[in-house]
Amino acid sequence: MRGRPLLYTSYESDQSMLNTTTKKVVLGAFLAFLVLLPFTGGAASSGDRLFDFSIPFVGFLSSNDYLQLLATVCVFAIGALGLNLLTGVAGQVSLGHSFFMGVGAYTAVWLGAPEGPLLGMGLPIWIWLPAAGIVPAVIGLIVGPTAVRVRGLYLAIVTLGLVFIGEYVFRNWRSLTGGSQAGRSFQELDIRLWKEEVPLIEISQDGPWLSTNGKAFLMMLVVLAIFTVLAKNLQRSRAGRAFQAIRDRDVAAEVMGVNEFRYKLLAFGISSFYAGIAGALLTAFLGRTIPERWDLILAVQFIAIILIGGAGTVSGTLMGAAFVIMLPRVVQNFTEWLKGAIDEGGFISVIADPIVATSANDTGIINTLPGVGPGLSVLQANQVLYGLLIIGFLIFEPLGLYGIWLRIRNYWKGWPFTY
Amino acid sequence: MTDLILIFAQATTRESHLAAAISEGLSLGAIYALLAMGFVIIFKATQVLNFAHGALAALGAFLVASFATLINFPGRFLPETIPHWLRWSLSALCALIAAALVGMLLERIFIRPMVGEELFAVAIVTLGIDIALRNITNDFIGTDPRPLGDPWGTKILDLGWVTFAHTEVAQILVSIVLVSAVALFFRSRTGIAMRATAFDQEAARAQGINVGRIFSISWAIGAVLAAVAGIFVSVFPRRSAGVDTATAFFAFKALPAIILGGLDSVVGAVVGGFGIGLAEAFVGEYVSFSFLGSGFAGIVPYLVMLLVLIVKPYGLFGTEEIRRV
Repeated sequence: MRGRPLLYTSYESDQSMLNTTTKKVVLGAFLAFLVLLPFTGGAASSGDRLFDFSIPFVGFLSSNDYLQLLATVCVFAIGALGLNLLTGVAGQVSLGHSFFMGVGAYTAVWLGAPEGPLLGMGLPIWIWLPAAGIVPAVIGLIVGPTAVRVRGLYLAIVTLGLVFIGEYVFRNWRSLTGGSQAGRSFQELDIRLWKEEVPLIEISQDGPWLSTNGKAFLMMLVVLAIFTVLAKNLQRSRAGRAFQAIRDRDVAAEVMGVNEFRYKLLAFGISSFYAGIAGALLTAFLGRTIPERWDLILAVQFIAIILIGGAGTVSGTLMGAAFVIMLPRVVQNFTEWLKGAIDEGGFISVIADPIVATSANDTGIINTLPGVGPGLSVLQANQVLYGLLIIGFLIFEPLGLYGIWLRIRNYWKGWPFTY
Repeated sequence: MTDLILIFAQATTRESHLAAAISEGLSLGAIYALLAMGFVIIFKATQVLNFAHGALAALGAFLVASFATLINFPGRFLPETIPHWLRWSLSALCALIAAALVGMLLERIFIRPMVGEELFAVAIVTLGIDIALRNITNDFIGTDPRPLGDPWGTKILDLGWVTFAHTEVAQILVSIVLVSAVALFFRSRTGIAMRATAFDQEAARAQGINVGRIFSISWAIGAVLAAVAGIFVSVFPRRSAGVDTATAFFAFKALPAIILGGLDSVVGAVVGGFGIGLAEAFVGEYVSFSFLGSGFAGIVPYLVMLLVLIVKPYGLFGTEEIRRV
């Protein structure tokens, strides 16, 4: 069917993940770019990279702190895919995602952290990573029946309660979590067969080709790719269709023979599995966690990711994760750039002055000297932006970034006609 | 169950603990009831679960702090002879009016465009409002708590077998007055219009009810109730230093209260509020096992909520949703 776009002659080709040549090419190129990125230059010490050259325009992304940011994006994307299955596909609002992430993180810590004064068994990653998914999934299935009985807004509040109960448990289980504000360290990304000295694949040290952040990024990318394919596949399977039927109208779904209880429970379990994996990877990658990490703000961040990205879509979720995690860096860089422009003078400083406050008596929306004078700190400005973005997307573009992309694509598809 | 037996076994032997738990429970319950009532009014009229309630409470308390102490309005225009309590009450009144205006403004800008959307989407919009408003308020509050300059101070009313702080007496009285006022309000013409709007917005419009105005009024009332609760959260004995950046999170503990009572029941909000408050106070006073660690009383509301939901998914007084295909 060459040259006949959108003509599908079989159900398989209609439902395939990459149903057009353009999608295949673009995705392939993008993946190749991501994989090559950590090998190219851009780091302060060029000894730890395979190539010296940097990719034009986006070469700055290969510096170590940006690689760390990109790896964080991958981890958050994994967690967000789970919440997307539950909230976006199955329509069950959950504010308790951070609780399941915390459970996953501490499962990983218990199994993976070296033996010492705190609980730890020193097991390799191929044990603690799957366990970090399975334990939250089991807990999700245990609390699930309560959650399945209640619906809509009641469910949102119940899951909110889970976050507070979880935070309390994490704070008080000192032998595992290290206690409130103290936390414990856990940096066990190295891949070992068993507890041997020299790991099979060393991730926590700079190598001759890749820096440690580069290795971590590639590892997260691989895990994310696996979970993306799983999520996408699930969405077009029997279970995925059942989820969507329940989301669209639960009674109607039941009348059609969808076992509501079973599928809601399944959605809870799978979503918790994803959350646990993300929590474990986040802890292992950032190296340290405190019980307060798994709070309501984190859960809201995940809600923001799937709403800004576009609820119910896998590609939207990925875009949302990139957007939400990169936003603080963009705001920070933008603020610094504006500050530099003010120091230089010129016409940009006229615009920048009301936005950025540089001294104690200066008024501006963003204050670069927190605690001095009025104005939001960069951190607060980020939070306010999250809030406003959630509101803005829900009011103006409920499909999120995915919806914007869809509109742009459809415009060019029909160009020069309007439809 | 063993906890309950333990509570009563100890209660009979230690009178002072019982009294302390009751006074603490009543004052906590009064705050929860005020917060819960604000939630319920907004939910009843507009079908919106307002996650921004905590932010509104903190904002209200901050407005009181700034009207009463920072800019001293309207006290600076009044003669010196006016006593402090009247001066403060006038400032608080101005602050409550300002809070009501903020509530109406938020509804007009952010909630009105969402009319007819799914309940969940609107609830998440209020979550967005909460994040933005809370951070802006926290920025105004700054790093140090802002004292409210309230006339009650740290005075204690000693009844012999039980002691109440003056603030606690005030908050119990104020909540009783406000609960009655809300109950009466639902009997008034506007209140009936609000109930009609809650029942069916389109039908209410067809009957000549100005639905938009009802929305505004409900948000104004909700914001005022939140602000009053915010005041009582930020005074002695709860946080004697004043309103700070953690004040906004207090309102999340009122969510179990509304779930316990049912999302759409004013009676349920009051019963749920006092029930949760008393449960929290009693557990805080009596249950102290070493393995429970610190802060167990703080999660009692959520545990009670989970237990109730297992038995009654729509709360004690909530209307059971009739679902049709």
